[in-house]
Amino acid sequence: MGAQLRVYKRRIRSVTATKKITKAMEMISASRIMKAQRAVAASSPYADELTRAVTAVATKSNAKHPLTTEPEHAVRAAVLVITADRGLAGGYSTNALKAAVQLSERLKAEGKQVDMYAVGRKAVGYFGYRDQPVVQAWTGFSDKPTYQDAKTVSATLIDAFVTETEKGGVDELHLVSTEFVSMLTQNPVDVRLLPLSLAETQENAKEQGPFPLYDFEPSAEGVLDALLPRYVESRIYNALLQSAASEHAARRRAMKSATDNAGELIKSLSRLANSARQAEITQEISEIVGGATALADANAGRD
Amino acid sequence: MAELHVELVAADRKVWSGEATIVLARTKSGDIGIQAGHQPVLGVLESDPVTIRQADGTTVVAAVHGGFLSFADNKLSVLAEVAELAEDIDVERAERALAAAKAETEAGAARRAEVRLRAASGR
Repeated sequence: MGAQLRVYKRRIRSVTATKKITKAMEMISASRIMKAQRAVAASSPYADELTRAVTAVATKSNAKHPLTTEPEHAVRAAVLVITADRGLAGGYSTNALKAAVQLSERLKAEGKQVDMYAVGRKAVGYFGYRDQPVVQAWTGFSDKPTYQDAKTVSATLIDAFVTETEKGGVDELHLVSTEFVSMLTQNPVDVRLLPLSLAETQENAKEQGPFPLYDFEPSAEGVLDALLPRYVESRIYNALLQSAASEHAARRRAMKSATDNAGELIKSLSRLANSARQAEITQEISEIVGGATALADANAGRD
Repeated sequence: MAELHVELVAADRKVWSGEATIVLARTKSGDIGIQAGHQPVLGVLESDPVTIRQADGTTVVAAVHGGFLSFADNKLSVLAEVAELAEDIDVERAERALAAAKAETEAGAARRAEVRLRAASGR
C-alpha cells in the first residue's frame, strides 16, 4: 500500500471513531431533553400557584416589604449567571455569558457596582481566565438541578440582598439564564428578580381576573415574609431547569452538526483514498508495461 | 356533603389531587379545617402532617415542609417545598434520619423526620 493511501485510511478511521462518539452524545442529549422538559412541566404548577399567591398578597395588602421596595439609589447589583458544567454544547454557555457581560456593562453605566455569582464550571472558567472576581460559584448540577440546589443558591442571594448596602449587601438581583423556547431555539434572557416589580406580576394577574378577598393567616405581612423567599427560590429553580433543558438541546444540535460534518469528511476522504488507490494501480500497470516493452526491445536487439 | 377540589403540589411535582370533604392543616397561627365554601384564605403552614378526608371515608395524610395553602373558588392548593404522602414514606429511613438528626442536635432535620413519621403513622 502506498504511503498516500495509508495516510487517508488512517484519517478515515480516526474520523469514524469521532463520529461514533458525537453520535452517541447526540442521542444521550436527545433523551435528556425530554427528561428536562418534563421536569420544567412538573415544576410549573408550583410556580404558577406561587406567583398567583404572591401577586394576591402584594396587590391586596399595602404591606411594605424589603423584598419589594425599590431603593432610591441602588449602589450594588448582584448578577447570577447560569451556564453549563461541561462544554461541547455549541454557543450555549458563551451566549449566556455574553448576555451577563452586557447586563453588567449596562448596570455599570447606570453607576452600580456589579457582584457576579455563577452557576456552572464554564462561567467559573470564563471569569477566572479574565481575572474577574466571582463572589460565589456553584457547580456540579447544571444538567440535572434539584430544588435543593435552587434553595442553596437563592439562600445566598437573599442573604446578600437583605444585608445593608454599607455592609456589602446588594440592592438589586438580576438573573441571566437561557430560556428554552423549542428544540431549535434557546434564548439567553436577563430578568430582575429583586426588588420584585409588582407591575410585571400584575400584568399576568389581569388575565386571570380579579382576586378573591383572601383572609391571611397569620397576617398579610407574615404571609409575604414566608412567600417571597419561596418565590425567588422557585424562579431560580425554574431558570435552572430551563437552562438545563437548553443545555441539552444546544448540545444535541452541536453534536448533530458534528456528526454530519464527520460524515461529509469521511465521504470526501474516501473519494481521495479511492483516487489514490487508482493512481497507484495505474502507476503499477504502466511500470509493468514499460518494463515489458523495455525487455521486448532488448530481446529484439539481440536477434 | 359538598366537596372541594384539592391539589397538593411540591416544588418539583404534583403529589396528589382530587376531591375532599375536609382538609386539616396547621398554620402558623393554629390548626385550620377547610370545607367546601370556606372563605378565601391564604395561610403559611407549619412543618406538619396535612390530613385530607374524602367523601368515601378514606383519608390521605401527607408530610408537608415549608408550605402554604390557598383556598378560593372552592379550590384548595397546598404548596410545599417538600411534600410526601404517608404511604410513600419509608418509615425505617425516617427513623434512622430522626436518630441521626437527634445525635447531631440538628433541630430542622429532626423536625422533618418527626413529621414524616407522624404522617406515616396516620396521626
